[in-house]
Amino acid sequence: MTELFGIPLSALLSQLLLGLVNGSFYAMLSLGLAVIFGLLNVINFAHGALYMMGAIFAWMGLTYFGINYWVMLIVAPLVVGLFGVIIERLLLRHLYKLDHLYGLLLTFGLTLLIEGFFRSFYGVSGLPYQVPEVLEGATNLGFMIMPNYRGWVVLASLVVCLGTWYVIERTKLGALLRAGTENAKLTEAFGVNVPLMVTLTYGFGVALAGFAGVLAAPILQVQPLMGSNLIIVVFAVVVIGGMGSILGSILTGLGLGVIEGFTKVFYPEASSTVVFLIMAIVLLIRPAGLFGKEK
Amino acid sequence: MKLPRELVLYAVLIAIVAVLPLFGAYPVFVMKVMCYALFACAFNLLIGFTGLLSFGHAAFLGVAAYAAGHALKVWGAPTELGLLFGVVAGAVLGVVMGALAIRRSGIYFSMITLALAQMLYFFFLQAGFTGGEDGLQSVPRGTLLGLVDLTSDITLYYVVLAIFILSFLLIFRTVHSPFGQVLKAIRENEARATSLGYDTARFKLLAFVLSAALAGLAGATKTLVLGFATLSDAHWSTSGLVILMVLVGGMGTMLGPILGAFIIVALENKVGDIGMFLGRVTGIEWFNGLGEAVTVVIGLIFVVCVMAFRRGIVGELGAWWAHRQSARTSAAA
Repeated sequence: MTELFGIPLSALLSQLLLGLVNGSFYAMLSLGLAVIFGLLNVINFAHGALYMMGAIFAWMGLTYFGINYWVMLIVAPLVVGLFGVIIERLLLRHLYKLDHLYGLLLTFGLTLLIEGFFRSFYGVSGLPYQVPEVLEGATNLGFMIMPNYRGWVVLASLVVCLGTWYVIERTKLGALLRAGTENAKLTEAFGVNVPLMVTLTYGFGVALAGFAGVLAAPILQVQPLMGSNLIIVVFAVVVIGGMGSILGSILTGLGLGVIEGFTKVFYPEASSTVVFLIMAIVLLIRPAGLFGKEK
Repeated sequence: MKLPRELVLYAVLIAIVAVLPLFGAYPVFVMKVMCYALFACAFNLLIGFTGLLSFGHAAFLGVAAYAAGHALKVWGAPTELGLLFGVVAGAVLGVVMGALAIRRSGIYFSMITLALAQMLYFFFLQAGFTGGEDGLQSVPRGTLLGLVDLTSDITLYYVVLAIFILSFLLIFRTVHSPFGQVLKAIRENEARATSLGYDTARFKLLAFVLSAALAGLAGATKTLVLGFATLSDAHWSTSGLVILMVLVGGMGTMLGPILGAFIIVALENKVGDIGMFLGRVTGIEWFNGLGEAVTVVIGLIFVVCVMAFRRGIVGELGAWWAHRQSARTSAAA
């Protein structure tokens, strides 16, 4: 058997895949955070709670209504996105003129509210969710055995992330969005309905979190607190990458997932803290983040 | 004329707290409130007077709670040294976290402090000396300076009250010193403070370390009072709770954090009863479980405060008072 640093290559590769799966979630969530922050100047703490909502909606759809995974993969993000639109219209909108920290505090409160609400119904034990039939089993790639579902998660999130990148960087709509991020007032003067754009952007960013939640449902524990620990890691990812660049967010997310995966192999004790350590090092060397611009 | 009136107010408040146990207040509850009030005052020094929103203050409470508990229980240190060790632990951690976090400002500062505190939480979860999920149990109170036996709740009560008053005086003095004025200048306009020749990074770090040390004192005292230190002290939800205390009471006011701490601690204890009551009155089954869902209530207060009540209780009262005064003077003129 081939070995690398005394560890079987196949074990290493399967950890690499696990890392890529986690990295996909980091990438999707940090991408959503970056898009929202760019236009709204709000750090959406509720991102983790909305990711959890996506997963729980998938579970509820299957358990109560018998709606399968593939339908929920579309429906759950839409519902989460709609919920986001309501949050933006009803609450966030009134805070834009104030210090940015109020946006963070509001979404933190919403996180507690949403998590507490679901906890009062489902407790904190994991709700079981089956991998959809088509993706059950594993494929032998010759050099490693790949569980099909994990491969699908990486593929799906890559497609969604790159799709988002394409829309923002290469289309007319994206150009308007970038203009709004650069200078909202001037964009509005050109006849763009910026408030509507802000609402939809928030809805979209949040829907991305919901999508990630549905993807996570079959492989991670579906439970009300699944989002809050994740979101703190994603914050560290965002600090490491800086929020200036879309591709930067995607790359940083995936890269840190892989590093975390390898840490699990070589020094498991540090696997939960390695991302934070990297954040500390990046802050010392390049405070603006790897892809960030110093203001 | 302004200062004496304030002094009278503080004296009356201290007198009330000092006689509370005689009127049947449960000493441990009041002591717990005082610990959280000190924690909130320390936090307010940053958010209210320097304009830095730390989302990782639970780290200082937690590290000091464990440090003091470890010193008292495992090393058998005298009480005052145990407390001191907790304060030092908080301050040292404050230097490290502060030096990293002030490299970014605004919203990034909050995210960095949150992430660093979470890292520490995972460290505590794995480290042997914290007792992991069980926490550090049955920490002895010992004797103060080898003279005063602290096993009695009432004796400890006055020691904690003394600790609180001294810390409050320190904060009061800091806020009203030239150093405090520079902090306020940084809060209002950092670029301007820099252009006036102040090394703002240095001032921010100093304020951060001072706040961390005082939060540490709160954590160490809390271990002494309750006799245990647990992981929840260092959890991010505790960082959120202290933000809420200051927000409810009033950011940047002297008394707001104390009032906020009292309200939130009391609410956490009583929310189950309130839920039962609402359940009985409205007949909605869900309210009966409110005790388990404290976070819903906390989250709701958060949202309401941020949306409609940003000055907090003391802040609103102060604004009302100032409005009344100005109305009176303009009527007289």
